[in-house]
This record gives sequence, C-alpha cells and structure tokens, in this order.
Amino acid sequence: MPSTYRSPTARPMSFVWTRRIVLTLMAIFAALPVYVMISTSLKPLRDVTEKFRWFPGHLTLRPYVDIWHTVPLAHYFVNSTIVSAAATGLSVLIAVFAAYAVSRYRFKGKRIFTITVLSTQMFPGILFLLPLFLIFVNIGNATGIALYGSRAGLIITYLTFSLPFSIWMLAGYMESIPRGLDEAAMVDGCGPLGALFRVVIPAAIPGIVAVAVYAFMTAWSEVLFASVMTNDTTRTLAVGLRGYSTQYDVYWNQVMAASLVVSVPVVAGFLLLQRYLVTGLTAGAVK
Amino acid sequence: MAATTSATAPGRSDSSGPARGREKPRRSYSIGRSAVPYLLVLPAIVMELLIHLVPMVVGVVMSFKELTQFYIRNWGAAPGAGLNNYRLVVDFNGAVGSALLHSFLITCAFAVLAVGFSWLLGITGAILMQDTFRGRGFLRALFMTPYALPVYASVIIWAFMLQHDNGLVNHVLHDQLHLTAKPAFWLIGDNSFISVVVVSVWRNWPFALLVIMAALQNIPDELYEASAIDGAGVWQQIRRITMPSLRPINRVLVLVLFLWTFNDFNVPYVLFGQSAPPAGDLISVHIYQASFHTWNFGSGSAMSVLMLLFLLLVTAAYLTVTSLSNRRSNA
Amino acid sequence: MRRTRITAAIAAITVASAALTACGGGTATGNGGNKNPKTLTYWASNQGKNLDDDKQKLTPELQKFEKQTGIHVKLEVIGWPDLLNRILTATSSGQGPDVLNIGNTWSASLQATGALLPFDDGTFNAIGGKQRFVPSALGSTGVAGKPPAAVPLYSLAYGLYYNKKLFKDAGIANPPATWSELVSDGKKLTHGGKYGLAVEGANNAENIHHAYIFAKQHGGDFFDASGNPTFTSPGAVAGVKQYIDFMAADKITAAGDAEYAQNQSLQDFATGKAAMLLWQAAGVQLAQRGMKAADWGVAPVPVQSGAPGQGTQVDTMVAGINLAVFKNTQNRDGALKFVKFMTSDEEQKILNGKYGSIPPVTSAQSDPQFANPEQTVLRQGLAKSAVALPQVAKESQFEDLVGPALKDLFADAAAGRPVTEDSVRKRLEKAQQQMAG
Repeated sequence: MPSTYRSPTARPMSFVWTRRIVLTLMAIFAALPVYVMISTSLKPLRDVTEKFRWFPGHLTLRPYVDIWHTVPLAHYFVNSTIVSAAATGLSVLIAVFAAYAVSRYRFKGKRIFTITVLSTQMFPGILFLLPLFLIFVNIGNATGIALYGSRAGLIITYLTFSLPFSIWMLAGYMESIPRGLDEAAMVDGCGPLGALFRVVIPAAIPGIVAVAVYAFMTAWSEVLFASVMTNDTTRTLAVGLRGYSTQYDVYWNQVMAASLVVSVPVVAGFLLLQRYLVTGLTAGAVK
Repeated sequence: MAATTSATAPGRSDSSGPARGREKPRRSYSIGRSAVPYLLVLPAIVMELLIHLVPMVVGVVMSFKELTQFYIRNWGAAPGAGLNNYRLVVDFNGAVGSALLHSFLITCAFAVLAVGFSWLLGITGAILMQDTFRGRGFLRALFMTPYALPVYASVIIWAFMLQHDNGLVNHVLHDQLHLTAKPAFWLIGDNSFISVVVVSVWRNWPFALLVIMAALQNIPDELYEASAIDGAGVWQQIRRITMPSLRPINRVLVLVLFLWTFNDFNVPYVLFGQSAPPAGDLISVHIYQASFHTWNFGSGSAMSVLMLLFLLLVTAAYLTVTSLSNRRSNA
Repeated sequence: MRRTRITAAIAAITVASAALTACGGGTATGNGGNKNPKTLTYWASNQGKNLDDDKQKLTPELQKFEKQTGIHVKLEVIGWPDLLNRILTATSSGQGPDVLNIGNTWSASLQATGALLPFDDGTFNAIGGKQRFVPSALGSTGVAGKPPAAVPLYSLAYGLYYNKKLFKDAGIANPPATWSELVSDGKKLTHGGKYGLAVEGANNAENIHHAYIFAKQHGGDFFDASGNPTFTSPGAVAGVKQYIDFMAADKITAAGDAEYAQNQSLQDFATGKAAMLLWQAAGVQLAQRGMKAADWGVAPVPVQSGAPGQGTQVDTMVAGINLAVFKNTQNRDGALKFVKFMTSDEEQKILNGKYGSIPPVTSAQSDPQFANPEQTVLRQGLAKSAVALPQVAKESQFEDLVGPALKDLFADAAAGRPVTEDSVRKRLEKAQQQMAG
C-alpha cells in the first residue's frame, strides 16, 4: 500500500480525532442494518412481530432450518449459481475481446460502438422488459430455442447488463498495459488472439477479476427481469427471497436468515476480491 | 456512463486532465482494413443488439401505439397513436401529466441528494482511510458490505427497520432518545422521501468510496512529500493536493452515480411495496405502475422515452460544462 | 459520412426489431386446440401459508386427476406479487399455462384482453353446467352480458371478527350490527394501547374492497352503468370518508395501521391489540397465530341501519378465486376436464375445506364442514348481502388508483392532518382523472 511512509503519528490530533469520530459514525451507519439482519434471523417469529429489541429474548436457529422448506431455497441456489456463473464467464470473455479491440485497434465505427454501448446504461429497464420478453418468445417460436423461462435467456440478459461497464473498465485497464508486450509477442509469431491470450489477459487479471465480481453481483441480485422471465424451475434467489412474505404473513426472521445465507457467498467473494477491485479500478477506470 | 467514452477514445483523453503526458499516443496495429477488430467486437454487438438496442427500438415503437389491455394479446394490431401518448404524459394540467411531473421533480431532488451524500461520505471515508492504521482493513470490509449485499435483502432490512410500530428507527429515535413527540411514519407520508434517500445512500456510498480510494492511490506520493517540506499541514494537503487530483474521477463518478440513482427501481420498489407514497414516488416505479398496473404500455413507453431523452440531455450538458471548466482550471 | 453510417445502423436495427417481433404476440392469435392431450400446465395462486404449503395441498388432488384421466398436470404456484405480471406477459406472448387461477376481481380486466377462453353455454355444459354455481359467485366472472371469462373456484366473503374476551371486559354483550354501534363499541374498547378496530391501511386490495362496500351503503358507486368512473360521486366520497374516519375522527383505529399492508392487522387482532377486524375467512390464520377458536366470534359486517340485504344494505363483496382456461391452450379438452374436476362436488369440499373458504358450488356447500359458525356467517353473506366488485374492463386500474388514494388518506389521518370531505374528494378526483390515461 502506498502512503505508508506518512507515519500516522505525524498527524495532528485534530485530524486523528476527526478520523476516529467520523469513521465510527460511518461504521455504525454501515453496520446497523447488518446487525439487524443477523439478530433478527436468530429470533422466533413472535419476537419479531413485537417491539424491536436490541438483543434477542431467546435465541433460536429455527429460522435457518425453516428457510429451506418455506421456499425451495436450495433449488434457487443452484439456479442462481448456474445463471450468475455462466453470465459472468461469458460477459468477461466477450468484454475482453471487445475491450482488446477498442484499446488496440483503430477501426471505423469504434466511436459509435463505445458511445452506444455506454449509453445503454441509461436505458430504463422497464422500457425494454416487455419488448425483450416478446423477442425471446418470438425467437423461441421461430427457432425452437427456448429463451423465455429458461436459464439461457436469463444468462444472456444478465451478461449484457454487465457488458458496458466491463468493456469500459477493461479497455481502460488494457490501455495501461504497455503495447510493447503484445507487439513483441506478435513479432514472435503470435496472432492477435495469441497475443491477447498469452500476454494481455495475464497482465490484465486484476481488471478481469474486478469486472467478474461486478458481473456476478449484477446477476446475483437482479429482481425485475427475473420475476418475469423465470418460472418455478428456473427461479433465482433474488426473486425467491420474496417468497417469505406470503399472502398471509411476513416471516421476517426467515427473510433475514435467508438474506444472510444468500448474501454470504457474494459478500465473502466481494471482500476477498476487493483488493483486486481497487487495483483494477486504479489502473482501469479511474485514470 | 457515456462520460467515459472520451477516456477510452485514444488520443483524446491524454490531452486533458492531470494524467496528461503519462503515455504517448501510439501507433495502432492497423487502420481500418483488418477484420480482426470487427470480429472481436462482434459478440458484444450481437448481445447489445439482442438485449438492449432492439428491445429499446421496440419500446420506442410501442410509445407511438395505443397499447392498452385490449391490444396486448396481439399488439401488432394495436392502432397507432401518433403523438397522443406523448401529448397525454406532457400535459401537465392533466392528471397523468401532473403526476408524472411531480414524480420527475421528486426523482430529481432524490437523485441530487442521494448522489451528493453518497459522494460526500465516499470522499470523506476515502480521505480518512488514506493512512494505514489499526482496523483499517476491517473498516474497509465493513464499509463495502452494504454494496455487496443483494439489493432485495438490504432493502427489506431497511423496510423492517423503518416500520412505525416495531421498527428499530422509531425505537431509537422515540423510545430511547426521545427525539420525537410521537413515533414517526417512515414508509408512508412525507418522511418516505427521507427514507428512500437514506437507503439509497447506504447502498451507494461504498461504490463512491471504492472508486475514490482507487483514485487516491494514483496520486504520486512525491506531491505530498514536497508539500510537507513546504510546511503544509494535513488539511492543506487535502485541499491543495487531494481534492484537485480527484477532479477527473469525481466528474465520472458523479455522473455514474446520478444515472444509477435516477434509474433506480429496486430500492423504492422493495421499500414501499405495491404503491409508493407521493413523497417517495420515484419515476422508475411510477412508470412501472403506469405500464404494468394500468396496462397502458403505450403511455408507459412514452414516459420511458422522455426519461431517456432527459438523461441523454443531462449527460451531454454535464459533460460539456465539466469539460469546459476542467479546461479552464487546467489552463 | 458519419451521419449516413448512423442512419444505416438505425435502419438496420429497426428492420431487425420488426423481424424479431413481427408477429407481435406470436401464436397469440391462435385459438388453441388439442395438439398436446397428455399434459396440462396449471398456475395456482397462493392460498395457503406459503407456496410450498399450496403445493402440498394441491399435489394429491392433481395425482387423483392424473389417475382418472391420464393427464399429467404440471403445477406452478405463483405468489401474488408476480401473478398479474406473469399473466400479462403470458397474454402478450401467447406462452402461458393451460389453466390458471385469477383473483375474481380481475375477471373483467382479463376478459378484455381476450386471452381467456369464454365460458359460453357449450363450454359450461362440458364442465357440468352453469346452474351448479352460486349466482353471486358467477356475478364476479366478467362483464355482464358476455360469456364469463372464468368460473368460481373458491368463494370468500367478509365477516366482522371480534374478540369475545375484550368485549366481555368492556361490558359489551353483542357484536355491533350497525356502524354507529361499531364506533361506540370501538370507543369503549380503545384504551391502554388497545384499539377497537384494526385496518390494513396500506393494502390496495383491502382498501378498495371496503371503499366499495361503504360507497354502496351510501347509495354511491365507483362506476356508472356504462362503465365510466364516478369516483367523486357523493356516495363514494361519503363512503370512503366513513372508512378513513375510524382512524381520523373516531380514533378507534391505531395510527400505526396506516402502514399495514402485510396482514399486521390480523396479527394485532390475534394478539388482542385490536378487538375487531373485518376479514375474509380469518379462522385458519387466527389458529396459525395461536388464537383459540373459543376466543373469537364472527358476525355479519355492520350496515348503516337495519339488516344486511341488497342495495344499500350490502355488507360484503364477492371475494374469491376464479379458475380460467388460457385460450391458447394446446389441450383444450383436457383443460376443461380439469376445470370440471376442480369444480366437482368432491374436490370442492376437499379444497375449500383445506383453505377455509366457501365452495361456490351449491351442492358442495351442504357439507357439514361448511356449517360451523364462521362459514355460516360468510355463506349467508355471500348468498344474501354480497355484491361483486365492478365488472368493468378497467377494474384493475380502479384497484391501483383508488387503493393508493385511500392509503394516502390514511397517511394523512395517521399524521394528524384533517381528513375532510374535500380532501377525500380531491384524492378521488385525481385517481379518476388518471383513469383517463
């Protein structure tokens, strides 16, 4: 980490105290809902529907048992994992190709391509939800490839959602990789793809990891499209979580327990990889 | 995020901003002729066409049709509406138009506040965490957690905390700190605006923090060393070195946050359930209800198209203004 | 040069869009057939504790059907937040289930889309005849004068649930029969953190059900004979105001109820925080919440004066679930067989028994399990003093505009802002104008 040469003791007390106080307040703000999630998930339903209490009156692990049969959570877990992993892998691959082209080649239409891709970030999801659905159905009718209601449909939808950000960030990252490297590889007889796979991709790993984390998170928590495009067998976790508020009851303790279970993989992955994320952003996006 | 196009277009970004002179523009492998770049971007183009662009165009077509419940079953047969849908939604004296205008203004206020606070928290956190100190790694992980939580999970926790009778927020504000004369409502009535801003800030400020932390690593240490020799204190360093160096990234960050916040559907939708209170009636949910609940996809699409045009306009204006002022301050 | 490229690109995209969505709803124009006689897809609504509970309740019956007919039924239970959207996308694409449950108040709206198979006389004969169903339940299956879009499956009605112990403690002998009695009883019951009546103030469906009945009792309506909205008619305004006034003026309802949308009012009643509750078939759910059957009673919903009946004396809506056949089905005969099966006496007894609802099939109602005090009150309400929600194509808009209007009025009341006839009329007027859109 840089900046270590600046010894903290050299800081004036006013700065140190400001830092302590402000960071403490921020920590409370960030942690409070997380604490509520964990403590509520350990309470029996009766306690949850009464006045809020900081500490559970009686602790129970019951919600963690119940969540698996109130909704078929395990099944949704499998779906979400498949969909998110596939969407992430494909998104990264496509983004790497496109970013490589953008950062290394000059070609007609490049500006239109980058502008168009990035401006799709402005599209309100609601505007293309129904059209996309109709397109999937029509493709299904015309070719027999079932996109609606299948995981494949969700995968290509999600991979596209993360594509603009990924291309932008990876192109930025690849710009920072000296061209001499891949030019040397080309001189050694590699084609453009060889240079990409042997030289550029290995050098761009932090950026690729950052992009993959982003793509995975996008796919893992999307609700709107999943609620319309999935059915019983392909439903994802983010939508499945809504199953704990039924017509008659909100199982708050189970909602919290399930949220925790659903969050653990992404949060853990995110925290483990956040170093890459910072590095990736440093080299790629924020220059 | 169109902001970033200029950063990726070679030879342009290098001429502006403090990163100038980092690398010289280089010769590209080929100019125009080769099929390689086209093959490389082809998959991306195909996906963008299929998922974003074609549906988008269909959406625009829909906005010129009278696409109500009577026609959704075979909407090829829906009669053209010309500009009627647009006329309806921009007639601010009519109920539909005035409701849209109200929702639009609420959303603007929401986006400005949410982006402002997210950015403020992000930059404060990033600057305060520039030094190494004990617990820094833990804090960073803690601060990142809200961003990593799936949106449904995190917003439902807030909905739980903001309940009138049993929520934590009223428990703290009313029962423990006695700040309010009686428990306040956070999910209905006027306070719902505050609620949606707070939840949005809670979710988004870690992103600002992450980006600014990354940007801070790009500031050369020599700058700080030199200023320390000149006798500058930590506050002066922040004002004279840190803040100016962050200007280019702030420009992009604020825009990205604005677009995300303005378009945000999940937070208000999960927080308020089936109908948002007037004070929290953000535009994306408003349009969703206008199209999916009243089944009028024609006017719903017209609203979306207007919103898209607005965002394009804001983005273009923002980029023009900020690049002008950037150029001036760098001159 | 650049401009022409952009133009060309836009043209290409437009052509591609046209090609991809050329036939609009795909097979939507088809009218189904019998290409696929061995399977059926059935979308069930969430009637039980949760989706899994529904699955367990329905699966044995579906197996029975398969044994009888050899038709395999693929069941999908869909939660209420998703059901209408799923039906909508199915309608616009033609890719839907064969048979599905719909909220009976949606009948006319869905009928207008043309996505559901109309039950004309021939179709009714195929499932055993129209006369098997209770007339009031048939009143909520579509626009009058057109063949119904669905048939009733489960019927429900509102009753006044009251806490016997709290009534006894307050010295009240009988449940109220008129609203003024309810208010004065409510005032006696409201003290020390307990309230007379619990309402579900932020729940659109509950709000419009009550708004409609109150409007009817004031001689008003939300639609005129030709289906145009009349939200600001004096009767509608007075009715809505009377309902809001339980909180705003009479103070027999807790302010906190204004944000209830997830059956917290049921919870409050079960835990004794509220002494009265207007609900549909609450018995099963009260038991789940640990309230003993001996602790609560049920009475007909109050009226302004006199006894429940028709006209201004109605006291409940015809609530319930209808069963519809998707017009595009590739197994129309099988779908009708399935409807016949589900509405048969035997299945009606079993299913309505499981869900605590009332069979809309006359011959199934005589079963002793529907003769307990709760079901008797609801059954008599349905037979004598029930009215269907407006059967107009714009019903779902009504629900989505008037429901929030009431929610906002409750929010005003909860915040202590005055709720006047004027403020009620303004909210309803805004809702009515938006109907035009």
